[in-house]
Amino acid sequence: MAQVDTIPLEVADAPVTVDLLAASARNERLIVMAWRAGITVAGLALWEYASGRWVKPFWISSPSAIYAQLADWVVTGELWLHVQITLTETLLGFVLGAVTGIGVGLALGLNKRLAAVLDPFIIAFNSLPKIALAPLFILWFGVGLLSKVVLATFVVFFLVFYNTYSGTLAVDQELVDVLRLMGGSRLQIIRKVILPSVLLWIFTGMKISVPYALIGAVVGEMMASNKGLGYLIQAAAGQYDTNGVFAALFVLMIIATGLHTALKLSERLMLRWKEDGS
Amino acid sequence: MSEAPLIEYRGVARQFTSRRGTVMACEGVDLTVHRGEFLAIVGPSGCGKSTLLNMAAGLLKPSTGRVFYHGAPVPEPNTLVGYMTQRDTLLPWRTVEDNVAIALELRGQRKTERHRHAHDWIKRVGLSGFETAYPAQLSGGMRRRVSMARTLAYEPETILMDEPFGALDAQLRLVMHDELLKLWAATGTTMVFVTHDLTEAITLADRVAVFSARPGRIRAIETVDLPRPRDVFRIRFDPRFGELHDRLWRYLEESVRGDIMVG
Repeated sequence: MAQVDTIPLEVADAPVTVDLLAASARNERLIVMAWRAGITVAGLALWEYASGRWVKPFWISSPSAIYAQLADWVVTGELWLHVQITLTETLLGFVLGAVTGIGVGLALGLNKRLAAVLDPFIIAFNSLPKIALAPLFILWFGVGLLSKVVLATFVVFFLVFYNTYSGTLAVDQELVDVLRLMGGSRLQIIRKVILPSVLLWIFTGMKISVPYALIGAVVGEMMASNKGLGYLIQAAAGQYDTNGVFAALFVLMIIATGLHTALKLSERLMLRWKEDGS
Repeated sequence: MSEAPLIEYRGVARQFTSRRGTVMACEGVDLTVHRGEFLAIVGPSGCGKSTLLNMAAGLLKPSTGRVFYHGAPVPEPNTLVGYMTQRDTLLPWRTVEDNVAIALELRGQRKTERHRHAHDWIKRVGLSGFETAYPAQLSGGMRRRVSMARTLAYEPETILMDEPFGALDAQLRLVMHDELLKLWAATGTTMVFVTHDLTEAITLADRVAVFSARPGRIRAIETVDLPRPRDVFRIRFDPRFGELHDRLWRYLEESVRGDIMVG
């Protein structure tokens, strides 16, 4: 945090210090990167060496075989097909779940009586392991895209809803009072105090729900489907094709990391006031 | 200073009930705040001083007795008062200029206009150049200045201050006192200033009300007959200041000693 009151005394030697600090931070980053690269290379090399020598490739496959499998899927266009399906389910589920979660969370947060009435139902539904609903949704909505989207939506909804609702309860009453005394209307207070302070909670809920959206989609695919990465894993395992299982898992990992990074970037853009202070 | 009553507490008591039992915050309070005056309320911590401010703001009702504003029961909330609390109540996601301009924004003033007004106040509290900074980037003293600018900028009829400088170091407090008195002299707002620091109270106020420890009751009210404008850095050494301080301290001391014996 900038202690601006004392700056004039320190201004003289600030640039040098800042330069040194930046340089050492850059160095530190390089060292960390180098270690990461080293661990990756060493791990892959060990895996490749062990496969066929210490452990049968049937159990652990090998990086080169996984690479070959991925290359094959890319050439045949199969990979893109499955990725597209899983991504569509995940994103649709995420967006629908987030929108409804934010909406209902705010509605209950701003309407105390409604929240009190619905409280036991919410707790009951929330404590249910959402994945257990997959068979029911497949029964209702078929083996296609829809049942997976519904499952992902359901999972995301509860996470985002719960965070949004908690956020409305955590709004600083003193901030609200200050605006009331200034003559702010209910609507103005919602727009200028409640929504901005809940935004942080909404983002947290959205961030933690991204991997769950993916889980919802993939679990749905594994239970009943003929497309998507979940199906790919299930089908490969059914044929004792370890290369296929690992290759599909690798793709899932890339997708999950990509989604997480995208959300983190958008959060940084929207919550600039917070970033600056720390 | 006119003698017209603006805020009147009549036989006011307020109790709070929690799981641990019932606490009497203040009791039997009869107090009148005149229009345009600077009234300081001094008392040990926990004597219900903040409770009195909350009642004048219409955020809290008395358990017994009544509080009047302009001769009528205090509206809830009382939008004629501005409130500066001990805690930071700046909106952290707004820049300094948008924080200072918020009351004008709520009144629907145009952006260019309210920013011009806000910049004027930011300059008066000595923060030019920080218009687009966020509160988290400022020091505690600077944030207090922003709060002060925000409260004064929309010119509420009365300003309630609840230990506004309590968290600042002694030197910075004197600087803030100086600024506050200058800004107040230019506006003529009615001030109710709560503090546990008797020196602060005498330095700033026209009248000082001393409260006892909980349940808070008024022990004494004295007029501070020190001329204005006051030099906040030197006024402590004025003999009349010392006399008044001695007299009021006796009341305060009893409460403080009593507090120690009870606690």
